[in-house]
Amino acid sequence: MTYEQLLTETALANEQVIVMTAENRALVRNLPGILGKRFIDTGITEQTMIGAAAGLALRGRIPVVHALAAFLTMRAFEFVRTDLGIPGLPAKLSGFIPGLLSDGNGPTHQAIEDIAIMRGIPNVTVFAPADEDDLVKMLPQIWQSAQPAYTRINTRKTWYEHAPFVLGKAEVIAEGTDVTILTYGLLFEQALIAVEILQSEGLSVGLINMRSLKPVDEQAILTASAQSKLVVTLEDHFVTGGLYTIVAEVLLKHQTTARVLPIALNNKWFKPALLPDVLQHEGFTGKQIAEQILGYKTTHHQPEILTPEFSE
Amino acid sequence: MNNFNEHELRATALNVREHIVRMSTDGGCFTGASLSAVDLIVYLYSSFLNVNADNLADPNRDYLFLSKGHDVPALYGTFAELGLLDKARLGNHLSLNDHIYWHPNTHIPGIEFHSGSLGHLPSVAIGVAMDIKISGGGNKVVCILGDGELNEGTCWEAMLVANAYKLDNLIFVVDRNHFQANVRTEDLIPLEPLADKFAAFGAAVKRINGHNFTALHEAFSAYPFEQGKVNVVIADTVRGKGLPSIEERADRWFCNFNADEVEQLLLELHGEHQTLLTSETLVVR
Repeated sequence: MTYEQLLTETALANEQVIVMTAENRALVRNLPGILGKRFIDTGITEQTMIGAAAGLALRGRIPVVHALAAFLTMRAFEFVRTDLGIPGLPAKLSGFIPGLLSDGNGPTHQAIEDIAIMRGIPNVTVFAPADEDDLVKMLPQIWQSAQPAYTRINTRKTWYEHAPFVLGKAEVIAEGTDVTILTYGLLFEQALIAVEILQSEGLSVGLINMRSLKPVDEQAILTASAQSKLVVTLEDHFVTGGLYTIVAEVLLKHQTTARVLPIALNNKWFKPALLPDVLQHEGFTGKQIAEQILGYKTTHHQPEILTPEFSE
Repeated sequence: MNNFNEHELRATALNVREHIVRMSTDGGCFTGASLSAVDLIVYLYSSFLNVNADNLADPNRDYLFLSKGHDVPALYGTFAELGLLDKARLGNHLSLNDHIYWHPNTHIPGIEFHSGSLGHLPSVAIGVAMDIKISGGGNKVVCILGDGELNEGTCWEAMLVANAYKLDNLIFVVDRNHFQANVRTEDLIPLEPLADKFAAFGAAVKRINGHNFTALHEAFSAYPFEQGKVNVVIADTVRGKGLPSIEERADRWFCNFNADEVEQLLLELHGEHQTLLTSETLVVR
């Protein structure tokens, strides 16, 4: 099932759902014809769209709102905070091409602080699916919840079949005593490769797909930290405010500590290029991740990374 | 003022269009939106603006801000033709070894400010125009906007402020190609009567055919249009201008052609051929 199929089904089953976009039609191309008046394209007006979503939600609607993640979370930030966050209105934000998925667009389009700023707003929940299968497993609960939500849309296809989603719970893929990788979003695909390499180097390796970043699964973080000698936070986000920070907050809150290695974008925007080149250049391929954890080079093979079928 | 030679301008614009077609592969670019802006950008750098490879650091040079951003292949191509950018670098489009990607950035000499997020550079241009007023310079400041970009409220905030500060050294140029990313502007968020809107905000407005160099020259030669008023030029253009097989096609927004299509489109630019496009259409914003 695709994002658009799920949204179509959801909107047809629930008359309260309104699909909105700031002229970002990639995910909702067929919906104008299907939903008629319940499809609203406000043009390139992210702020006005969020304000309008608040107005619709005031009237009991559930707006599912689309724009590029960078403009949805940053251009409209204060509207999200003030018009959705303060009253806690259940608008559902779908941010397109978040993180490294903006590949060749450049820093203007890089949403790599989106987790940090969205999770900082009281009432706003934050989600980051690993791939399309994860996305369509997560969204029904996200859309049914009574809170405003921001989802990092990721429609990449992987071979992995995810477990059912429970809001606020992480998906434990594997447990390990040497190292556990905590990740979310696009890099899950590379983490799977890294785990294989680390295992073949003789390590006992855990992997957790965080899925729900707010509310976060504190127990999953605490268990991994207690079980493993090393915890790795892997994210296509600034090192500030994302998963590394979340792990630090959770460990401190529970008055414990752990050896944590952050693999993230360290205080810089990434070099714009096509996605496979970006992953390689920024050190985010599975092989590079594994080698950073190991501390030495290996002869393992990095599988080919496919270019996304969309661009902005 | 630079010289005006329509024959030369046409030849330069055709070369720029060839560069754009060559960048529309191996990852692609915003081909249609670039083609609509070519004649404007070529005209401004060739015949209106006092900007060249030798005066990029001179505070008395003129400024061009490309707020539309995604039409940057037209700017790269113009820079390559006018000697501001080594032509060989256009082959580095999307390469990790250069800075030539889908939106402008200041690693490319001559680009005054990065863009890509719409509705930012009208305000940056205002700041530059204000300083020129304060410091008493004679430089001109041009800011190119897309018509879809005019959806963003900051464009209209900028008009209010430019009017309040009587920035007659500032020229907003609208590349009026009548398309948003996915649909015609008038079918989504209607802009017309656009000239009246700008006039009501206090601007001195000219509306011309943005592919007609004589009309462009006549309009810009009248700068400043009216003392104490911000200048607006609405340039009516055609998205995809020069390539009939993509002109005014909503489904050819972002183009990533295959090698064979590129060769055929290069012939099409010279008017001898119509290309049958088979590459997947990518229409995303």
